[in-house]
Amino acid sequence: MEIKKRFWQILIGVIGLSLFFIIPISLIETGGEKPHNEETNHNKTDKKFNATALIFDHIGDAYSWHLFTKNGKHVAVPLPIIVYSNSTGLNVFLSSKLEHGHHYNGFYIAQEGEYEGKIVESSGNVHNNHGITAEITEQESHSETAVTRPIDFSITKNVFEMFLSAFLLLWIFISVGRSYKKRGVTSAPKGLQGFIEPIILFVRDDIARPNIGEHKYQKFMPYLLTVFFFIWVNNLMGLIPFFPFGSNVTGNIAVTLVLAAFTMLITNFSGNKNYWKHIFATPGVPVPLRIIMIPVELIGVISKPFALMIRLFANITAGHIIILSLVSMIFIFKSIYIAPVSIAMGLFMSMLELLVAALQAYVFTLLSALFIGLAVEEGHH
Amino acid sequence: MTGTLAAIGAGLAVIGAGIGIGRIGGQAMDAMARQPEAASKIQTAMIIAAALIEGVALFAVVVALM
Amino acid sequence: MYLNIILANSLISPEIGLLFWTTLTFLILLILLRKFAWKPILNAVKSREENIDNALNAAKKAQEDNAKLQESNKEVLKEARAERDNMIKEAKELKNQMVNEAKKVAEVETDKIRKAAITDIQNEKNAVMDDLKKQVANLAVDIAEKIMKENLSKDENQKKLISGLVDDIKIK
Repeated sequence: MEIKKRFWQILIGVIGLSLFFIIPISLIETGGEKPHNEETNHNKTDKKFNATALIFDHIGDAYSWHLFTKNGKHVAVPLPIIVYSNSTGLNVFLSSKLEHGHHYNGFYIAQEGEYEGKIVESSGNVHNNHGITAEITEQESHSETAVTRPIDFSITKNVFEMFLSAFLLLWIFISVGRSYKKRGVTSAPKGLQGFIEPIILFVRDDIARPNIGEHKYQKFMPYLLTVFFFIWVNNLMGLIPFFPFGSNVTGNIAVTLVLAAFTMLITNFSGNKNYWKHIFATPGVPVPLRIIMIPVELIGVISKPFALMIRLFANITAGHIIILSLVSMIFIFKSIYIAPVSIAMGLFMSMLELLVAALQAYVFTLLSALFIGLAVEEGHH
Repeated sequence: MTGTLAAIGAGLAVIGAGIGIGRIGGQAMDAMARQPEAASKIQTAMIIAAALIEGVALFAVVVALM
Repeated sequence: MYLNIILANSLISPEIGLLFWTTLTFLILLILLRKFAWKPILNAVKSREENIDNALNAAKKAQEDNAKLQESNKEVLKEARAERDNMIKEAKELKNQMVNEAKKVAEVETDKIRKAAITDIQNEKNAVMDDLKKQVANLAVDIAEKIMKENLSKDENQKKLISGLVDDIKIK
């Protein structure tokens, strides 16, 4: 009964979200059509299938959420672009304004060069408006190389999906937290609560307690739980191939960098005397050797979270690349007969990725707990 | 040319990591069979060791591809 | 190389915007979840565990108490049994004593009765004997009278008799 109610809530939520985005989609379709026939024709003639480009396009970030291409026309969900440039200040507009190479206020998405795929500003033409003038500047900007990269705080595909995951997490866990308050302490967990509680207990009893220690683990539980569920949910959402999901959030180096940085900061800020003594005066090491040991230990401080960052990024990205490669095989061989093989292997990989999604969240949390545990450990030398 | 070399380098790194993680897994299974009561501890240690090797291998792959 | 460009461009080099948004999202998530989810959940789980521990301890204690109670029950039962045995024994003894006493009394009584009976019989006998003696004496006298009446018609006989009688008489 409860689950059924939940299911309908989720369904309505998803449909509502989709509706919210379908309206702007139709806007782009009609808006982006006319002035850029040349562009679309150009896309149409470019028939040769480039798997590498497709895969890297999918695992990379984007300013709009590409849904499908119909008759050589891209249909995408526009996302807000927030850029700050030194010349025009803060600019907020929808990505649909930049579709098909459009210029807006001097901003456009670079098609080649150093900033390929990113928003750049042609520094020469500051006072541009959209429309016809933009077309002129497009040609001008091709000839002149002076493009600058504005400070870009756009709500990209990854940011949007991250927000979605954050809302999902908040919704799930606050409702579970409330059910504990409502149902009281003595009653057995029920519904969602019964699904979530063993995982929380797993994080507490199998990750935090043995690695941080009985007395100190409680302080780090909120971080470990948050990072575990954040990574897990984002990994899983990345595996769902349709619209509000499928973005490669945890396979983006910026996201994993932030998570690893949090672990590093928490580790170093909670490090006790012993931890620092280990770094700057490793016990049992003669003083002259410390000249070598201190840099090594300091590298260790950085390299541990760096490995965390790379591991998560590479694992998730690799999973996406493998699945996309398997799907691309159909188009590389241009044969429908390869599809069953492709799909079977893709299914297998997806299953594996389900495991990897949980495993990488576990490993990240476990190693974070381990590093924190090493930093707060009482010395017994 | 450099691309090919990078790919070979990445492949070598992956081979090394594969052997390493394989050995860890095999030995852990052995240890677990010998001492089933310590299975959870061995598993944790195994995952940590495998994660560390994997980290090194990923470094190698990233460096090779860069 | 194409791969190099892409890797260098978008995958390996973190975007500042994404860094910013990730930090912000994660921080907000951490703070909100800590306040509204982790704290209540962990506290609830902890207090439930404590509850269960307490309940288990209480159950254990109750079991121990029960065992103790059973033990003491057994003890009481044993004592009661012993007491009962004791009482039975005492009763038996009392009974025996009583029977013995009764026997003794009976014997004494019997004795008394018998003695009385013997005395009575003796008395009766004596009386009867006396009576018999008197009657025999009377009879003898009567017979003697009769005989004497017949015999004493002659003097010689009279004299003989008298001397005989006199001889016979013994002073008792």
